[in-house]
Amino acid sequence: MSRATLLVLADGRFPAGGHAHSGGAEAAVAAGRIKDAAGLEAFCRGRLHTSGLVAAALAATAALGVDPLLLDDAADARTPSAALRTVARKLGRQMMRAARSTWPSPELDALAAVRPKGAHQPVVLGLAARSAGLGPEDAAHVAVYEAVSGPATAVVRLLSLDPFDATRVLARLAPELDRVAADAVAAARRVPDHGVDALPAASAPLLDIGAEAHAGWAVRLFAS
Amino acid sequence: MHLDHSHDGPAAVSADAVRPDGRRRALRIGLGGPVGSGKTATVAALCRTLRDELSLAVVTNDIYTREDAAFLLREAVLPPERITAVETGACPHTAIRDDISANLEAVEDLEDEVGPLDLVLVESGGDNLTATFSRGLVDAQVFVIDVAGGDDIPRKGGPGVTTADLLVINKTDLAPYVGSDLQRMERDAKEQRAELPVVLQSLRSEHGVTDVATWVRERLAAWTAA
Repeated sequence: MSRATLLVLADGRFPAGGHAHSGGAEAAVAAGRIKDAAGLEAFCRGRLHTSGLVAAALAATAALGVDPLLLDDAADARTPSAALRTVARKLGRQMMRAARSTWPSPELDALAAVRPKGAHQPVVLGLAARSAGLGPEDAAHVAVYEAVSGPATAVVRLLSLDPFDATRVLARLAPELDRVAADAVAAARRVPDHGVDALPAASAPLLDIGAEAHAGWAVRLFAS
Repeated sequence: MHLDHSHDGPAAVSADAVRPDGRRRALRIGLGGPVGSGKTATVAALCRTLRDELSLAVVTNDIYTREDAAFLLREAVLPPERITAVETGACPHTAIRDDISANLEAVEDLEDEVGPLDLVLVESGGDNLTATFSRGLVDAQVFVIDVAGGDDIPRKGGPGVTTADLLVINKTDLAPYVGSDLQRMERDAKEQRAELPVVLQSLRSEHGVTDVATWVRERLAAWTAA
């Protein structure tokens, strides 16, 4: 694997649509659950161990070369909120465009052909990593990092939080990110023998409820 | 792994002039400029002027509401299926310049669903003087400023004023009321822009959006001939 290639894929400026999404942080801020850096850290930790873990496991499995359509169904089954399924496919479509343009491959083309409106983002992310010559560990790390960096950036804008405080939150979470990514890869490696039921299905009901409410707001800074 | 651009795939990945089905895609024109300068009003006027001669559609980029799309729908300048709103996550310039994926998808979906189209107008959210569109998203861009925003804006320059394919100085009817010197604005703009065109416009006058519409027709003729 190329460490520099991993940085290209993980860069927050990778043009795959993430900038318009808060990862549920906007709804959590409005509900009073994030008020400061401590609230941001608690939110990120919760997201990391639930939807972050699931996304990382899906991405790692896709990077291993498991059928992305099976994983797309598995992602649907693990995303109870219709609003979040829509967001995941929208971001998956944007990731697909960026990936095909950056690291073209027949596998990406094949998935784009059968899911023209987008497969779940973590599945496309894993396949993008594979097309870039990266492995499941890399894909899982990008997924867990996205799970926390999106909300951190959004909260800087939503609360005018000191950006250094937000970055310290991410740095403190780093060892935990490594552990969750390792768990995700371990689950991914069980899929070839045990099927997609070996993948984690941790859920975060408040993220689901918040996303459903947020989708109905008339005025909002972020798309989700 | 190969890094060469591939044209074999089932969907476009960039600003290719030819759609996956082999047809030439619509001309895309971006309209940017500061908040309140009259971008949406100019888009509405263009739609009214051009809709009987062209097949067109509009993508709006609202910053935190859906008001621009709602305005165009309320004014019924086009059927609702020809107007799409993109959400920009507090960064309107990012969605038109640094990460254009959501806008590209909106444009392509419009071509798929209501096409074939001759022209797609992409209106940016109100931004500052540095906002410009990526060449991966639009073929030409219009920058709209207004006389009430201060008559020193053309002199200040910046990427929008200096490099846009067309600069529109809007709301000229307000100049006497806000103490703006139109001649000075036009002179400063021409100095900043060398050969690039400048239009002074009042949508309240009979002449309205005529000059901008003429420029759009010229761009379209050049695009079709290319």
